[in-house]
Amino acid sequence: MGNIILEMKNITKEFPGVKALDNVNLVVEEGEIHALVGENGAGKSTLMNVLSGIYPYGTYTGDIVYKGEVCKFQKIKDSEEKGIVIIHQELALIPYMSIGENMFLGNEQGSKARIDWDKTYAEADKYLKTVGLAESSRTLIKDIGVGKQQLVEIAKALAKHAKLLILDEPTSSLNETDSRALLDLLLEFKKQGMTSIIISHKLNEVSYVADKITVIRDGSTIETLDKNVDDISEDRIIKGMVGREMTDRFPKRNDVHIGDIAMEVKDWTVYHPQFSERKVVDGVSMNVRKGEVVGIAGLMGAGRTELAMSIFGKAYGTNISGQLFLNGQEVQLKNIKDAIKHKLAYVTEDRKGNGLILSNPIKVNTTLANLSSLTSHRVIDKDKEYLVAEDYRDKLKTKCPTVEQNVGNLSGGNQQKVLLAKWMFANPDVLILDEPTRGIDVGAKYEIYCIINDLVAAGKSVIMISSELPEVLGMSDRIYVMNEGKMVGEMSGAEASQESIMSCILKS
Amino acid sequence: MGSNIGNTLKKYTMVIALVVIVGIFYIGTEGTILLPQNVNNLLSQNAYVFILATGMLLCILTGGNIDLSVGSVVCFVGGLGALLMSKGYNVVIAVIAMLICGILIGAWQAFWVAYINVPPFIATLAGMYAFRGLSNVILDGHVVAISNTTFLNVFGGGADCYIPDFFGGGNFNITCMLAGVIGVAIFVINELRARISAKRKGYSTTSSFAFIVKLVLVSVVVLYMAFKLAGYKGIPTSLIWIIVVVLAYHYFTTKTTMGRYLYAVGGNEKATQLSGINTKKVYFFAYTNMGFLTAIAGILTVARATNAQPTYGMFYEMDAIGACFIGGASAYGGTGSVFGAIVGALLMGVINQGMSIMGVDANYQKVVKGLVLLFAVIFDVVSKREKK
Amino acid sequence: MGDKVLKVLKENTMLIVLVAVVLFFNFTTKGMMLQPSQFNALITQNAYVYVLATGMLMCMLTGGNIDLSCGSFVCLVGVIGAKVMVEKQMPVIVGVLVMLIVGVIYGALLGAIIAYVNIPPWIATLAGFLALRGWGVALMNGASNISPLPVSFSTAFTGKLNDLLGGPVIGGVQYNMTSIVVGIIISIVAVFLLLNGRATKLKKGYQADSLLSVVVKCVVITAAIMLFAYKLSLAGGIPFALLWVAAIVVIYSFITSMTDFGRYFYTIGGNAEATRLSGIDTKKIMFIAYLNMAVLTVVSAFLTMGRFQAANSTAGTNYEMDAISACVVGGVSAYGGSGTVFGMIIGATLIGVINLGMSLMGIDANWQKVVKGVVLLGAVVFEILNNKKNAVK
Repeated sequence: MGNIILEMKNITKEFPGVKALDNVNLVVEEGEIHALVGENGAGKSTLMNVLSGIYPYGTYTGDIVYKGEVCKFQKIKDSEEKGIVIIHQELALIPYMSIGENMFLGNEQGSKARIDWDKTYAEADKYLKTVGLAESSRTLIKDIGVGKQQLVEIAKALAKHAKLLILDEPTSSLNETDSRALLDLLLEFKKQGMTSIIISHKLNEVSYVADKITVIRDGSTIETLDKNVDDISEDRIIKGMVGREMTDRFPKRNDVHIGDIAMEVKDWTVYHPQFSERKVVDGVSMNVRKGEVVGIAGLMGAGRTELAMSIFGKAYGTNISGQLFLNGQEVQLKNIKDAIKHKLAYVTEDRKGNGLILSNPIKVNTTLANLSSLTSHRVIDKDKEYLVAEDYRDKLKTKCPTVEQNVGNLSGGNQQKVLLAKWMFANPDVLILDEPTRGIDVGAKYEIYCIINDLVAAGKSVIMISSELPEVLGMSDRIYVMNEGKMVGEMSGAEASQESIMSCILKS
Repeated sequence: MGSNIGNTLKKYTMVIALVVIVGIFYIGTEGTILLPQNVNNLLSQNAYVFILATGMLLCILTGGNIDLSVGSVVCFVGGLGALLMSKGYNVVIAVIAMLICGILIGAWQAFWVAYINVPPFIATLAGMYAFRGLSNVILDGHVVAISNTTFLNVFGGGADCYIPDFFGGGNFNITCMLAGVIGVAIFVINELRARISAKRKGYSTTSSFAFIVKLVLVSVVVLYMAFKLAGYKGIPTSLIWIIVVVLAYHYFTTKTTMGRYLYAVGGNEKATQLSGINTKKVYFFAYTNMGFLTAIAGILTVARATNAQPTYGMFYEMDAIGACFIGGASAYGGTGSVFGAIVGALLMGVINQGMSIMGVDANYQKVVKGLVLLFAVIFDVVSKREKK
Repeated sequence: MGDKVLKVLKENTMLIVLVAVVLFFNFTTKGMMLQPSQFNALITQNAYVYVLATGMLMCMLTGGNIDLSCGSFVCLVGVIGAKVMVEKQMPVIVGVLVMLIVGVIYGALLGAIIAYVNIPPWIATLAGFLALRGWGVALMNGASNISPLPVSFSTAFTGKLNDLLGGPVIGGVQYNMTSIVVGIIISIVAVFLLLNGRATKLKKGYQADSLLSVVVKCVVITAAIMLFAYKLSLAGGIPFALLWVAAIVVIYSFITSMTDFGRYFYTIGGNAEATRLSGIDTKKIMFIAYLNMAVLTVVSAFLTMGRFQAANSTAGTNYEMDAISACVVGGVSAYGGSGTVFGMIIGATLIGVINLGMSLMGIDANWQKVVKGVVLLGAVVFEILNNKKNAVK
């Protein structure tokens, strides 16, 4: 330790309409484990994509100085040649190919015209041992679990002779044991001189392995904590992450009237659609009342989305068991249409991927979940539809020239408003919002919080799934905490704090 | 030991199916199907299927993408060659022209698919019509005979070209049998050597059981075929070409980086890109190569018929696609093998021949072909769904 | 003003191309292109394309899915129908019913395999492409056709609407009054709808197009209708084939643009998962798309059999190509989610005009095939480059 191996100076990266990175500085010393922490959308992954060459030189301003040399990477292979290897959050593995072949994909042993398979598998086995896997490298990727696949990714990076390893949320899909094994592995590598940058939400893990922690917020570097100098407990990290003024970020609610239980689930268990022995939701019981905002906090991979989707007319999961009560009556929802009819709504976390139809106009998107209400004898009353779309545009203050505009042309915040409008038009009593303000700027966030408040003031129930603790704390009447498929905590909004939520997670 | 047998069985499902089907037709045709002449026909009549299926496999690997134009291009390229030779051009020039023509056509379609993102079936559907029309144009509706004996001899002309028996065996072609024995010997020795060397270096190898099964299976099949062929004039010249192409592409798909990238792209395109591989180049290669192999199939087709006609190549794409899927290629890409495609082609060829011998109407043969294709794909999709 | 003109041009590209191509061929054939007999031929020879392309449109909307088996199915269903009507001497109505039932069965099978077993459509229909024609030809027992079909059947599809209004003979030329009158009626209805629609919008307080643009639209549409009516009146009147095509085209135009059900086809093509999560049964819609395609294929079989007064072993050859081309040239996206019946009509007409024009010019049938292929490829490339954002592998 001591030598600076990497310096990222004044990195600024812009996308149309959004400044993802704003003069970010990062200094990493050789042989250390450096953690990058920050909320969703803070810019951590973007920064690492710049470093690894996925965003080539020229699409950002600032300098990357590696081992004293200014680097101008045009593609991934350029950074890999220098020994910088990034392991992405979504595993870059080919299911029907063997471990060994995956490990050397793009980096083949032998020559282009003659792959030396024996050498490939032999070397692969060696690296597998280094990461603690007993499998033969001839095993197919699809035949091993996610935890082991993650280790294969690390072995793949080692095979590229990585000197600087970047891991983006490496333990997000792993259980306790596998996570601990991976972190210990990183500590092992550190002893052998490997430098690692780890992006992680799991603050306890960060505290466990990191030598230095850099906090990024809203695209800027806030501070860097040093294990030898500063306190690097989770509390301290959280303070750095969230540090902005908590006041006035969330609209005030007047007249909070909380009524009877609108929706309740008891002992809800869901299995994974493909790995049918894996429980993604395990015996969850929760409820929400009329006029109430219930937040569900948890780390990524906790099972909150799966919980919501499985409740929403079995939109996800197999072998679903448990009881669902709406207004005190037990119901069995057969499918999504049934759920909508029973006045449930689910606003997906991925508005562009499965929430909106980007190539269609705002008005079509707005009315899609309840189109039959605008038809007589199946004919759509287009004028009424236009009016409805305009109505929601005004109500939600969506910024767009007309409602004929394609949704794909709107900014993130406005797209989210259209998505909300769509579900509001379906006239639900219970709305489940999954990460409703992800990737949206502060101003638009406030407007969405107002919309949520209006909904509950009118007697609706809102369940808000969010990975942003301040948001959960600022908006919820009650908070549930989920971790690894189980409900691990419940507390009132008044008595909750970031620390208390985190400790529920850590203690579980 | 039990799981070993299970695994081996799974791997060779299609081969077992082939054996079963041969058995069924053996009974149905009262043994005729395994007469030397028919075994010979099976190979030489379907030469074009083996070649085209190999090329089609590479396209299918990239993600279930196909090439509907191959039949028309076979006709076009064949016609081009026939014309050149009839106008007196040297056979070498004609062959090179045919190959280049195929490559250019392949590259043309590859460009639209890889770089402009035109869906492959539309790009190649357009080619199917355009080149069928062009075939008619260049041949002017006529049959163009090929009389160049070098060409015919080298490429299996007239369905009557064989490697002569250097040992003068009379009714039984000794050269052929000997070739079969030598081939098997080389194969077995090679495999043993590789296995011993791997064991010595400490690399892990497949189980002994699987290894022996593989050796025995291959040896038996090859010797059997050699024996049958020897009983009828020996090795047809087209078989040499088939063997060359199949061995070359088997090597290509298992031992070269580009060959493996085809599998990677079909398995997970995003992951392949993240590994730093230019996936557009991979698609481009697959379709250009298809053009090249189509040219070869064209050469063999017109050589066998000793002429070029505007009607050749009809439904060739069906045969090639069917062979690949029956042979285990996935409709979504990422899995399949040259070996599988060959087995699939043999299976279809056996079904065709068996039905013909049994006197089944040619039209019903088409129905069976279509149904076999459909069920092969359904079987593949459903079995993959359950396995997960 | 310049922007507006550009916008109009961009939205009506294919229409403009169509007009240009017609004028081009008129020039090269020294006026033969615009003769009444050509108008008639355009409709009777291409009626099947409009019907098939309508069905193909519904399939393509859901995500670029096609049906490669429709041509072969035309052959098979034609043979079955002909056998019932000619060999078994059953009444025409029975033959028609049997054909429709066969269509429903095939469509349901195909729909189930594609929507519920998840077989890629192009494979499932490729199998049909091969198997169905084989079966059809086999059923013919060596004959190349089954004929003659009952006269009542053939005339229902190839006859012309008799002149109920006593065609006058002016200057030695026989005019069909009905045709002109029908043309006038349709023009009046169209103008009325356009003007009324605008007035209602204004009354309700919605935004409406300017009076000028509506008037222009009225004039253009009336001119086109009357031109057709006039030419057809000189060619013996309104062909029944036109009536069939018009009925189908109007119905499906209505479904796709006015009903919620029709809209779901578009949204599935736009984003199938988002549509599913909005409570729509996407599998059912896919199933219906292919069931519908099969039924429309039966209708186009009627038209084909009527035209040739027989069921031929070669019936339906290349039909799938024609239908797909008509859609693609008409602006239907190869990836699904966009395209209209009107666009498809322009596309089908354009292809029909190109075919006709080339034949009139005496161009070799084989070069015509080449042109067909090039036009298909060109149209797809044009559409993809135009909408670069939507083209994702």
